[in-house]
Amino acid sequence: MKKLINAIDKIVDESCAGLAAAHPSLVRFNAEPRYVARARATGAGKVVLVSGGGSGHEPLHGGYVGRGMLDAACPGEVFTSPVPDQMYAAGKAVDAGGGVLLIVKNYTGDVMNFELAAEMLGAEGIKTRTVLVADDVAVKDSLYTTGRRGVGNTVFVEKLAGAAAERKLPLEEVERIARKASEAGRSMGLALTSCTVPAKGSPTFELGDGEMEIGIGIHGEPGRERIKLTPADKIVDALYGPVAEDLKLAKGDRVLVMTNGMGSTPLLELYLAHRRVDELLRKAGVTIVDALVGNYITSLDMQGCSITIARVDDELAALWSEPVHTPALRWAC
Amino acid sequence: MVRARPYAGATLGVLVASSEQTKRFIRRFAALIDEHAAELTELDSAIGDADHGINMRRGTQAALERIETLDGAAPADVLKATAMALISKVGGASGPLYGTAFLRAADAAAGKEKLEPRDVAAVFAAMLAGVRDRGHANVGEKTMVDALEPATQTLGEAVDRGDSLLAALQAAHAAAQVGSDSTIPMIAQKGRASYLGERSRGHRDPGSASTVLLFEAAAQSLADG
Repeated sequence: MKKLINAIDKIVDESCAGLAAAHPSLVRFNAEPRYVARARATGAGKVVLVSGGGSGHEPLHGGYVGRGMLDAACPGEVFTSPVPDQMYAAGKAVDAGGGVLLIVKNYTGDVMNFELAAEMLGAEGIKTRTVLVADDVAVKDSLYTTGRRGVGNTVFVEKLAGAAAERKLPLEEVERIARKASEAGRSMGLALTSCTVPAKGSPTFELGDGEMEIGIGIHGEPGRERIKLTPADKIVDALYGPVAEDLKLAKGDRVLVMTNGMGSTPLLELYLAHRRVDELLRKAGVTIVDALVGNYITSLDMQGCSITIARVDDELAALWSEPVHTPALRWAC
Repeated sequence: MVRARPYAGATLGVLVASSEQTKRFIRRFAALIDEHAAELTELDSAIGDADHGINMRRGTQAALERIETLDGAAPADVLKATAMALISKVGGASGPLYGTAFLRAADAAAGKEKLEPRDVAAVFAAMLAGVRDRGHANVGEKTMVDALEPATQTLGEAVDRGDSLLAALQAAHAAAQVGSDSTIPMIAQKGRASYLGERSRGHRDPGSASTVLLFEAAAQSLADG
């Protein structure tokens, strides 16, 4: 394992400290309990958005703290859910009297730790609501699994709900918009190589030179199937198909689309892949409202990509275009 | 493998669990987790994310520190301090599950200086209810409930029959072991293992294995006392 590391147990703290050092006007870092919050408090009465999850998916979530997006993010250890103390402390610190909206990716550990935090905040008289993101179509959504994983659509949900909160809408409205955004998006990813979790020091899984894993999760969880490496367009087709099918994409739909890198994929390849995504959407008669191409939700040093498509209406499209200023996402200001 | 061991000094004499005995239970649980940490992590690496032993050890060691600073507290205080340590330090799914279990245990024990056998059965029943509320799992889904539910049931029945607390806890421990064994052929329907579907078959659920240690600790702490 070759990584930029001082000590395994300091990785997350030192990375968060670096994020705050790089963007002192945007974010501050609280080490104990660990959270990243906006550098400046928001206006009184604004609903505050708190998210979080295991580390290793940067820029998610700390990179999305700032005007128009999150108020605080709680990073857990690498690929491990944060503990309730973190969301409780972050929620209390950033609460502006309008209530707290927790945005949670659908993993058993995350869901339970945020649930406890919501109970702790509620016990303090802070109104708290939770919205789950569960957009990975590679996982069957059935009674017999824990449900779909939360992946790329988290970025869209955090941006859209963040814009709604910035409008000073009440908690119920911000929650409604977050839920609507969560239901609007679907994703699927693939891995060309495994990631290496620092504490383990060796690749999570083995993938042969000529192989790729379709339907991979963002923690190196197994995907739908392992197949032979194909040209990029074929790979994109294999990701786009299930996403478009699940969304029942139809002519005339308007969408946000993200071609996301898993951490070690060159932009050269991501743009090449996005070219095919764009082509498929146009062929289907779908209008692209906006596109993101780059590393937005990663899996440490994994090579590969994911595609997220979210159907938007006038309300969501307007929220998308509103100003955002965070370390990892910025426009219109 | 996690196996039942003989109980030194097992007698029918002990009828109640004091706060000191509750502390001994937590200490014994921490010691057993420590002893089996590598094994729990190994089980978790087969169908989960390879950290159950590491996480539980971090949490139970934190619980040890907290209960030592409680002076003359009631059993409920010991259980609550344990809950808060587990919630703060374990993480993953096990932290909220064990944390909620001990929080509910503390509620069930509230206001009592000594726990009669019937109270101990109620404490474990509350733990089961807490785990079910938090995790929404049923028996047969390859989770800690597969060990916790039969063990709690066995404990309640034994106490109702008038067995000594020690005998009842020993029976509960044996039932937990049988329950944990039953998870091996199951297909996981909850948690990260559920993504594996059919591939989760043939592996013991790590949470059920640590639940066996919970009952082993309860029985041993009484036997040693």
